[in-house]
Amino acid sequence: MTTETLAAADAAEAARTGGQAVPEARPMDLLRFATAGSVDDGKSTLIGRLLYDTKSLFTDQLAAVEAVSAARGDEYTNLALLTDGLRAEREQGITIDVAYRYFATPRRKFIIADTPGHIQYTRNMVTGASTADLALILVDARKGLVEQSRRHAFLCSLLRVPHLVLCVNKMDLVDFSQEVFERIADEFTAFAAKLDVPDLTVVPISALKGDNIVTRSASMPWYEGPALLHHLERVHIASDRNLVDVRFPVQYVIRPQSTTVTDYRGYAGQVASGVLKPGDEVMVLPSGFTSRIKSVETADGPVAEAFPPMSVTVRLEDEIDISRGDMICRPNNAPAVAQDVEAMVCWMDETRPLQVGGKYAIKHTTRSARAIVRGLHYRLDINSLHRDESVSELRLNEIGRVRLRTTIPLLADEYRRNRTTGGFVIIDETTNRTVGAGMIVEAA
Amino acid sequence: MTATAAYQVTHLDALEAESVFVMREVVAEMERPVLLFSGGKDSIVMLRLAQKAFAPAQIPFPVMHVDTGHNFPEVLEYRDRRVAELNLHLVVASVPEALASGLVRESADGMRNRIQTPVLLDAVEKHRFDALFGGARRDEEKARAKERMFSFRDEFGQWDPKNQRPELWSLYNGRHHPGESIRVFPLSNWTELDVWHYIARERIELPSIYYAHEREVVERDGMLYAVNEFLPARAGEERFKAQVRYRTVGDASCTAAVRSDADTVEKVIEEVAATRITERGATRGDDRVSEAAMEDRKREGYF
Repeated sequence: MTTETLAAADAAEAARTGGQAVPEARPMDLLRFATAGSVDDGKSTLIGRLLYDTKSLFTDQLAAVEAVSAARGDEYTNLALLTDGLRAEREQGITIDVAYRYFATPRRKFIIADTPGHIQYTRNMVTGASTADLALILVDARKGLVEQSRRHAFLCSLLRVPHLVLCVNKMDLVDFSQEVFERIADEFTAFAAKLDVPDLTVVPISALKGDNIVTRSASMPWYEGPALLHHLERVHIASDRNLVDVRFPVQYVIRPQSTTVTDYRGYAGQVASGVLKPGDEVMVLPSGFTSRIKSVETADGPVAEAFPPMSVTVRLEDEIDISRGDMICRPNNAPAVAQDVEAMVCWMDETRPLQVGGKYAIKHTTRSARAIVRGLHYRLDINSLHRDESVSELRLNEIGRVRLRTTIPLLADEYRRNRTTGGFVIIDETTNRTVGAGMIVEAA
Repeated sequence: MTATAAYQVTHLDALEAESVFVMREVVAEMERPVLLFSGGKDSIVMLRLAQKAFAPAQIPFPVMHVDTGHNFPEVLEYRDRRVAELNLHLVVASVPEALASGLVRESADGMRNRIQTPVLLDAVEKHRFDALFGGARRDEEKARAKERMFSFRDEFGQWDPKNQRPELWSLYNGRHHPGESIRVFPLSNWTELDVWHYIARERIELPSIYYAHEREVVERDGMLYAVNEFLPARAGEERFKAQVRYRTVGDASCTAAVRSDADTVEKVIEEVAATRITERGATRGDDRVSEAAMEDRKREGYF
């Protein structure tokens, strides 16, 4: 993609939106999405296109990329250099780590977790997908689905990313063929049906030429769906949050040491799920004591209700002993209080594998515990989805089903029901490194 | 909270909630946090978020200013006033004192950006700080785009970009051995425009140099620098008056101003929304050294 082609799209975009997201005309919300695919699929070009067309790419950034591209003898402006920020990446022409990018339209602010396609794709993809509302998978129309596309789709379903978009890119190189597009779309849809993918959209695009990115393409009149940006701006994410199960992990107890504010005791935290209101009867775990919510407060005053992702302070009617790591829930809807946990674990440490009998620290919501690996049921081959039950350890980027016993009970839900109270990280107690990510399948 | 519809929040509310969560995590898990306060807009926003995170209690940590000695007087005045209002403990890590004691030596070009790092690390060691809140944002610079919210530093204060801890969900790993520390960036996911929208929404006062004013400047490397005691005009440079404002506030010897008529927060938002050049690219001499200038400084223990 050259500056000229980008500039042409620029004019069209300016006409469409009347400029960038200047003072909030209507309230914008926030969508986090992860991108997966390799440089060859045109992922960097697509991200460059989205940033450029929404005026989030700056001239000094573009000039720097153009200069480096020219110096390296690249035939075109290599937009991968935009996201490859580290010296080693530019020198070796690889992407090492998840890069975060930002753009906004008048409707939404977007956070892109751009994950590399090749190097340590599993660790990076799992990291990027853990917070994503949506994942965008790219395939090259000329090549169709490859092993990597299936892998990415599987990881998105494992991490319960609620929305999936398959972009069939480089449609210009297959003469904008409806037949090619539909063959890939059908094949992917059939594969996704075997996974847990709640919402799938397939868009034929040319990131290089700008077809179906910001505006619908005149070259593909047979495509009746929305342009990609239109879909990203409008995909309904409000219902993705769990507003049913009240889960409020206590993060910090606020007790002012002051002569003006006395007898104040508030439980600070971010609502993981559900809606909290003054007057609600609540139960505190692990103690099991019950009370009622006296007030839900923020620094700007009390609020009528709190829901995800609000950070608030909850005050209760009764004086109960509550500390960090406890969980406020409802008496008739509580998470498991469990020391035996079955989980899918993605191992992220290159130095030492996960082993049965191994002891680790784990962090789950605001609670820290120690855990011992009691069993490894199988390792999952993420290409074939075949379960290998003969393994005794999990190495870097491998995924398996693990049984853990924890020193103190976790207040846990199944990950498929609650991404916040169902996910945990495993930490090596010697090196303090984060070595694994776990998704709870069953807690008892 | 301004709900867009039932049970929805705006992007600013979502960012605020995330930053507040991060600050509370640090205070709950770390022993001696400190907030790096430069008097720049990002650290000012961070301070507001700290107020929000712990209200009605006081902000439960001190603030630290790494003082290069090259200050804008408006910024120093703002710093001292704000610290007094919030009843905060201020630690000043002073580059002039470090020069006097021989801890650091003036660099050949006279810029003090690089020699701030040993001064910062010395103060961290002396006060045994184990968590340092910084106002850096990932949209600022491409090395920062890859840095974690909780960024681990070894006992030399160094960042190893190839050896970062994976950061999943909102589970931050702040574990460290004695002498090591964590830099925490609560504004990681904010953009320059988000910061300005928030300043407008919260009616946050800033040092006056963020708004358009007339100032005597010289043009150097395509940027406008204020002429002052730290930055005298060089031979052949023409001094002239211009209507300018600062997009960033740093060391007065390497922070440039931009031409601007934006004298209110609303006008600044319009200007920032329309601009096509990054704030560091427009205003920081220190980032122009090389492609990896920021990465190299961070490896040495820079913010």
